[in-house]
Amino acid sequence: MVSESRVRSQESGVRRLNTPLSKEDALSLIVGDMVLINGLIVTGRDKVHKFLIHEMPDKKDIPFDLEGGIIYHCGPIIKKVDDAYKLIAAGPTTSMRVEMYEAGVIKAYGIRGIIGKGGMGEKTLQAMKEYGCVYLHTASGAAAYLTDRITAVTDGWKVEEFGMPEAMWLLKVEDFPAIVTMDAYGNSLHRDVEKISIEKLRQMWQNE
Amino acid sequence: MLKLRDGIIELYKKVATSIPSDVEEALKNAYSNETSYLAKESLNIVLQNIKIARTGLRPICQDTGFPVFYAKVPKGLSHKLIKEVIIDATQIATKKIPLRPNAVDTVSEQNTGDNVGEHFPLIYMEETEEQSLTVDLMLKGGGCENLGQTYKLPASLSVESCSVIAKEENLTLNAERNNAITVLAERDFEGVRRCVLDAVFKAQGRGCPPYTIGIAIGGAKDQVAFLSKKQLMRRISDIHSNAAIAEFENKILNNINNLGIGTAGLGGITTAIGVKIATAHRHPASYFVDVSFSCWANRRGRLIW
Repeated sequence: MVSESRVRSQESGVRRLNTPLSKEDALSLIVGDMVLINGLIVTGRDKVHKFLIHEMPDKKDIPFDLEGGIIYHCGPIIKKVDDAYKLIAAGPTTSMRVEMYEAGVIKAYGIRGIIGKGGMGEKTLQAMKEYGCVYLHTASGAAAYLTDRITAVTDGWKVEEFGMPEAMWLLKVEDFPAIVTMDAYGNSLHRDVEKISIEKLRQMWQNE
Repeated sequence: MLKLRDGIIELYKKVATSIPSDVEEALKNAYSNETSYLAKESLNIVLQNIKIARTGLRPICQDTGFPVFYAKVPKGLSHKLIKEVIIDATQIATKKIPLRPNAVDTVSEQNTGDNVGEHFPLIYMEETEEQSLTVDLMLKGGGCENLGQTYKLPASLSVESCSVIAKEENLTLNAERNNAITVLAERDFEGVRRCVLDAVFKAQGRGCPPYTIGIAIGGAKDQVAFLSKKQLMRRISDIHSNAAIAEFENKILNNINNLGIGTAGLGGITTAIGVKIATAHRHPASYFVDVSFSCWANRRGRLIW
């Protein structure tokens, strides 16, 4: 539950994670842990997820190594200056929209971390438990703040086909902040909050 | 018209990179009052983000939104011409600021790249007696837009949670299945209240709370959708001229904040910073309730020309 995990996070301080993540890395994290992510991560949202599940591209056909990787639910603003990409803003998008695909993506591509906002559902939580993966909640709508933790846009895939927000971008991050809100042990802070709120809803529906 | 075009480009820039003072004030208050550790930390980041964006003239959020214009046009000024200027300004602003290109063709699935497409941006215009042209702009994030709901009363509302088992049954609540709770919403303010709580519960933290909530009650489906979204343009401090509605707005706000969803949906005492209601006369057969959400980054601004 919320209170216990909070205690643990305050005791253990902030953890630094380096990508790619091992299964042990994923298993070492629990709900409430604060992390700072370092290394390369990829973005992927609605179109990327639909594509990965329907087309099932071979790992070798994807220019980035997804094994042990972190997918960031994000549709950034990127400007092309000469031949380089310049990042303007890159905060998280709502994760729940890819709930139907994420479990399959974790299984097929060996993803160990998902960064997003708002949390995900039971199907993803089960896959995280089965394969060893965590959900990393990052600051909702705080694109300017988070962009300062992204040091480079290294490359892009499906940029023309999917468009700027929907492409898969390879980002280099330094001390990118997040909170573990779903872990590989079946815990979910989002489910805990929902539990509290459904009880409140029940009371307020009952009494004017 | 060139000056108007440049004015609209500036309006885009202001709205994409800064937050209205009343919204920032409400978020600061939420930060002061919050006791939950994660919610307070999230609000701290939100406030820092606002500062970074404003000083660096950078977009507050990477989702620079669906541009929605509400223009009041003086007599004799062509609506068609205003629309052309807005479209022109949108294309330039997209490149210049830059904004994220958000207009996607639903047939070809191609992003137009310049935020201009079929009915995109959304432009509403009305004639005014005044001498000057007023252009209001809202940059509406997609995440919170998706949380909007329309209800047709009377309605049976139902929520489900994978982990909750309703413990008891009574007259208004009954456990249909193991984990579903249902309630009836009748054609009165109590029914409206239940609908709004249903919408916010279902939204949880998916659209970047603390939210501003717009509500419209009336008799035509398209009308309530328009009106509920337009309420998001009202300042947080704005008090409804009808005292009964003003009181109802406060009651719903308190109820929402009692849900415990909190900033970013991580638990906490502030799930919404404002609730704004509009009403319209209804047909005897119809009773629509529409709920619109804005994320904490309720980006709106005005140009008077």
